[in-house]
Amino acid sequence: MGQTVIEKILAAHSRDEIAPGKIIWLGIDVRTARDFAGASVVKNFRRAFPGAKVDDPKKTFFTFDCNAPANTIAYAQNQQACRVFAREQGIRVYDVDWGIGSHVLLEEGLALPGATVVGTDSHLNVLGAVGAFGQGMGDVDIAYVFRTGRTWFEVPPTMKVVLHGRYEFPTTAKDLTLAVVGRLGARGALGRAVEVTGSAADALDLAGRITLASMATEMGAIIAFLPPSDEAMEFARAASGRDDLAYPVPDPDAAYEETVELDVTGLRPKISAPPNPENVHDVADLEGEPVQTIVVGSCTNGRYEDIRLVAEILKGKRVAPGVVLKVSPATRRAWGRLLKEGWLEVLYDAGAVVSHPACAGCAEGQIGMTGEGEVQLSTGNRNFPGKQGKGPTYLCSPATAAASALTGTITSPERL
Amino acid sequence: MRPTVVTGRPWLIADEAGKLIDDIDTDQIYHNAHLAITDPKEMARYAFGNLKGWEDFPKKARPGDVLFVGENFGAGSSRQHAVDCFLALGIVAIVGRSFGAIYRRNAINSGLPLLLLPDMPVARLRDLPQVTVNLETGEIQGPDGEKVVRAEPMSRVALDIYRAGSLLKLGAR
Ligand code: SF4
Repeated sequence: MGQTVIEKILAAHSRDEIAPGKIIWLGIDVRTARDFAGASVVKNFRRAFPGAKVDDPKKTFFTFDCNAPANTIAYAQNQQACRVFAREQGIRVYDVDWGIGSHVLLEEGLALPGATVVGTDSHLNVLGAVGAFGQGMGDVDIAYVFRTGRTWFEVPPTMKVVLHGRYEFPTTAKDLTLAVVGRLGARGALGRAVEVTGSAADALDLAGRITLASMATEMGAIIAFLPPSDEAMEFARAASGRDDLAYPVPDPDAAYEETVELDVTGLRPKISAPPNPENVHDVADLEGEPVQTIVVGSCTNGRYEDIRLVAEILKGKRVAPGVVLKVSPATRRAWGRLLKEGWLEVLYDAGAVVSHPACAGCAEGQIGMTGEGEVQLSTGNRNFPGKQGKGPTYLCSPATAAASALTGTITSPERL
Repeated sequence: MRPTVVTGRPWLIADEAGKLIDDIDTDQIYHNAHLAITDPKEMARYAFGNLKGWEDFPKKARPGDVLFVGENFGAGSSRQHAVDCFLALGIVAIVGRSFGAIYRRNAINSGLPLLLLPDMPVARLRDLPQVTVNLETGEIQGPDGEKVVRAEPMSRVALDIYRAGSLLKLGAR
C-alpha cells in the first residue's frame, strides 16, 4: 500500500516497519532545545550521561525565544546553563537576539523538506509548512536525542483536510486557519498527521502555510503538512544553499483514516473568542467589543509579510486612544527587513510599540501580560485563560488586528 | 536484564459494580497536591490516592502485581509521577483497553510495560488468583499455565527501553 507524507518521511529515517500505531526508532536530523526546558535537558544529560558528548554537535542547537532577552532571573539562569553546556559540547546557540526557534531553523536552512526535527517546543510542527517533520517533546526525550541522535515515535494515522474554493482579501491565511480549527475543534485531528490539500491550500504563500501549520497543535494534530510549492522549495534552497532537496508527496494510493472537506469560497474574516481557539466566529459578529491591547507576532503571524500588512493598513493613521499596539517580529531577519524598508517607522508613527524578535506575548510575557478585564487581541495561536495574563484574549489575523487598532473595538478589516 | 515474562496478582481497576473504570486521569492516579515530591519511593503511597474506592491501593499492592484498566487510562497532564508511583510499588505491567498518549510516552520512557487489550475478558480475569504475562508475545496465562487471552505484545522499541530500565539508561550504554 502507498504511503502518506508522514509515513514517507519516517520510512526514510527508520529501519522499522512503518504502519499507523507501530512504534519505531527514528533518526533525527536536527535536535534542538529552547530556553523553556533547555536547562532541564542539560540537567538530564549531565546526570544520565556524565562526561559524554552529544551525538553530533553539528546537528544540535539551542534556540532562545520564550523569554528573550531574559527578564526573569530564572530564565537568565536557564539560558546560561544552556550556553555553558553548548560551549563544552561545541553546540551552536541561536541566542536571545535571533527570534523564534522554529522560524530561525527555517531561515537558516536547517529544517528542510523531508527532514526530521525535534525540540522542546510544542509548536515545532510549524515546519510542516515546508514539508519537514517537526515535533515537540519533553526534556527526557530531548536529552536522549542529544546523546543518541534518534528517538522512538509512534507512527500516527493520517487524515486529509481538503480546502476547496477561494476567498478574497481581507480574508487571509489566518482566517482560513481559524475556520479549519473551528471546524475540526481541539480534538478533531487528535494524534494524527494531517495533509492539507485543495485549491485554497495550493494558493497559500509560504507565510500563510506557516500560519496554517502552526495551529496544527490547536487541532490536536501531531503535525499538518502543506502541499509542495515553488516558493517553499526556492526558500529552502536559498536558505540551505542546497539544490538536491525533494519535497515529500504522498503516494496516490496512500491510506487516510478520515477526509474532511471544507469549501472556503467567500470565507469572511474569523476570530476565536475566549476561552479556547476552537471558539471561532465571524469577526463581523463580534464587532464593537472594546479592546485595550493588541499583539502582533508569534510563530503563527510574526512573519515579515504579517507585520508589513499591519503597517500598510496603519500607514498615515494613528492607533485609537486607549489602545496599546505591541508588535514583535518572529525573527531578527524579519525585524531587520521591516526596519530597513521603513515599516517599523510607519508603525512607530502610528503609535505602536515595536519589540525585539521572540515569542511576543505568547510565552513568558516578553512584551507584557494583561491585567484582569484588559481585553486583548492577538495574532497568536492560543487564548486559554491565564496564558497571557488575567484578561480575555481573542485570536485574529494581522488585518483584523490592524483594523481594530484603528477603532479601539473589534473591527472587521472588511470595513477598511 | 529485566524479565520479559512476569507473574503476579491481577488487579481489576473497577467500580463498585465491577465495571472497569474508564478515563482515569493522571490527577486520579497521582493527585497534584503531591507533585513537589521528587523521590519515587515516596510517590508509592499516593498511587490512586484520588480514585474513589481505591485510595488504599498502596497498602494492598505487592511487588509483582499486574493492573488491568479500562479506556483512556492516564488521560490528562504529562506528570511523570503517575507512572513512577506504580514502578515504586513494584507493579510489573499495566494491561489496558487504551491509554492516554502522553501517559504512554512517559511509561515507555520509564520502562513501565503497558499492553493493549481492547477486548478485556473482565469476568475471566476476576477469578484468577495469579496471572503470567509474556511481554514479548502478549500472552496472558492463568496460574496453571492455561491460556486466558492475548494482549498486543510490547513493541520492540518499548522492550529495548524496558530491558535497559529507562530511555536514559538505554542512552547511557
Ligand atoms: S510564539 Fe508561542 S506558540 Fe509559538 S513557539 Fe513561541 S511560545 Fe510557542
